[in-house]
Amino acid sequence: MKTVARPAIHARFKLDYPGFSLDVDLTLPGQGVTALFGHSGSGKTTLLRAIAGLERVAGGRLAVNGETWQDDAVFRPTHQRPLGYVFQEASLFPHLSVQANLEYGQKRVPAAVRRVSLDQAVAMLDIGHLLGRKPARLSGGERQRVGIARALATSPRLLLMDEPLAALDHARKQEILPYLERLHDELDIPVLYVSHAPDEVARLADHIVVMEGGRALATGPLTDTLARLDLPIKLGEDAGVVLDAVVAERDAEWHLAHMEFAGGRLWVRDHGLPVGHAARVRILARDASLARTPHSGTSILNTLPAVVVDSIDDTHPALTLVKLRVGDSPLLARLTRRSAHALELEPGQLVYVQIKAVALIG
Amino acid sequence: MLGDTDLAAIALTLKLAIVTTVLLLFFGTPIAWWLARTRSAWKGAVGAVVALPIVLPPTVIGFYLLVMLGPQGPVGQLTQALGLGVLPFTFAGLVVASVFYSLPFVVQPIQNAFEAIGERPLEAAATLRASPLDTFFSVVLPLARPGYLTASVLGFAHTVGEFGVVLMIGGNIPDRTRVVSVQIYDHVEALEYAQAHWLSAGMVAFSFVVLLLLYTLNPTGRRV
Repeated sequence: MKTVARPAIHARFKLDYPGFSLDVDLTLPGQGVTALFGHSGSGKTTLLRAIAGLERVAGGRLAVNGETWQDDAVFRPTHQRPLGYVFQEASLFPHLSVQANLEYGQKRVPAAVRRVSLDQAVAMLDIGHLLGRKPARLSGGERQRVGIARALATSPRLLLMDEPLAALDHARKQEILPYLERLHDELDIPVLYVSHAPDEVARLADHIVVMEGGRALATGPLTDTLARLDLPIKLGEDAGVVLDAVVAERDAEWHLAHMEFAGGRLWVRDHGLPVGHAARVRILARDASLARTPHSGTSILNTLPAVVVDSIDDTHPALTLVKLRVGDSPLLARLTRRSAHALELEPGQLVYVQIKAVALIG
Repeated sequence: MLGDTDLAAIALTLKLAIVTTVLLLFFGTPIAWWLARTRSAWKGAVGAVVALPIVLPPTVIGFYLLVMLGPQGPVGQLTQALGLGVLPFTFAGLVVASVFYSLPFVVQPIQNAFEAIGERPLEAAATLRASPLDTFFSVVLPLARPGYLTASVLGFAHTVGEFGVVLMIGGNIPDRTRVVSVQIYDHVEALEYAQAHWLSAGMVAFSFVVLLLLYTLNPTGRRV
C-alpha cells in the first residue's frame, strides 16, 4: 500500500469529443481552496463533473485523500462519493421547503460520518429565517446560499463548486463572497472552485489550476502561479499578483491603512479592518510602473524598491511584461517596450515600482 | 329514466376505467421513463408504437387484438396453456384491449412531465447521496405530479369513451362487457331514444366535468 504523506487529490481524465477534449493529470492539495480557472470551453466544468462522477470518463482515475473513487476497476457512482456539489444555478428541489432541501442530503448520510450539523450549515450561511420558504420565494442570492448549505450539510470530504456566483449580479455576488470566505476559514473541507472571474479567484483561492483547451496550463500556489510570466499574458488585462498581507497600522487622518506583506508595506484605503487583520491585496500589472530613481513630487503613494527578474513580450507588440521581486514577493508590471528600452532594464537591476492602485480583497 | 341494464353498464364502465387506469399508470411509468431518458435509436420506433392508438381506427386495434388473443392466436394459445382460457368476450379481455387503446393518453403526459424535469434535479439528488431509485421516488415522482394527474384523467376518460375496440373484443354481453357506449348504441338501434338521451347526456356532462377539473386544478400541467 502506498501511504499518502499529505492529503491530496489525484485526478487523471482523458476525454475526446468532437470539438472538445479533456486531458489532465493533476495532483491537487487535499486542503484549502483550489480554483479551476479558465475561459468557457476550457474544460474546467467538465473536469469538475468528472470528479463528481456526473460525467463518466472511461479510463479515468481519481483518488481523494487516499481513497480511490475511480480507477480501471472501480467506478463509484456520484451518490456513493462523499462530496458536496454547488451548481451554477442553485438547483434546489422546487417541491421541498428550504428546510426539507437541507435535510434531503443530510438524512442520507449515516449519522456516524456527520461532521457538519444542520444548525451549523444554517448558521454559517445565515439562512435561519428562510427555512420555511419554498425555493420559488427566494432571491437568487438566497437560493445559492441554501444550495451551499445543502451541500455542506452532507459533511462532504470534498466540496465542488461550479461557478456558484456566475449567475448572480454584482450586488448578489458581494452578498455571497463573505460566506465563501467564511467556509474557507472555518471548515476543513478541501474545495475545488470553478471560475472564470479573476477577482473571485484572487479573493478565494489558495491554489490555482489554469485550464485552456481541456488541458491544465499551470498548477500551483496562487501567488507564484499568477506571477508566472508565461501565464499572465493569457489573463490579458487581469494579469497581476495577489499578495497575502496584514494590516500594520491605520492612519486616521487620511483614512488609509498600511498593509504589510513579505517585501514591504503598501498604503490602501482604510476599509475598517483592525490592525493585525490578515487580508489579500491585488496589484494589476497595468497599475505598476517603473523608474530608475525614487520619484518625489508624484501623487503615487506606493513606491517600492524592486529587482528585475525577467521580462517577456506581451500580446501587443508595443508592450512588455516585467517580473519583479519586492523582498520575497513577486510583482508584475506592464510597460511599453519603448519605456523598457529607455530604462535599459535587465535582470538583476534595481528599480522603483510605482503602484497606482492596490485593491484590498477580503 | 335509467333502467337496471343501464346502471349495470355504468358500473361496468367505471370498473373497467379504474382498472385500466391503475394498470396504465403502473406499466406506463417505466415506458414513459425510458422514452424520456433514452438516447437509444429505438426511441422513435417505440414512441410511434405507443402513439399508434391515437391514429388507428379502433376497429383495427380490436381486430388484431382479437386475432392475437383468440384461440388460434399466439397470446390466446399462451393463455389457454396457462389455464386462463381465452380473453376475448371477457372482462379481462376488455381490460387488455383498453390498456392498449389508452396507452398513449397515459404515457405521453407522464413522458412530457419527466422530460420537463430535466437532468439537473437528478444530478443534484445524486450529489446529495440519493441512489437512482431513491431519486425517482423522492424527486421525480413529486415533480411529475401534474403529469400524473393529466395522465390519470385522460386515461380514465378515454377508456370510458371507447366503443369500437369494445365492440370488437368484448362483444355485447350484459354485466361482463356491455359498457355505456355500447348500451347507447343498443338503445339507438332499438329506437329507445329517451334512454339513449339519458346516457349520452350523462357522458357529455361527465366528460365536461372531468376536463374542467383537469384544466382548473392543473393549469400548469401539460395538456394533450
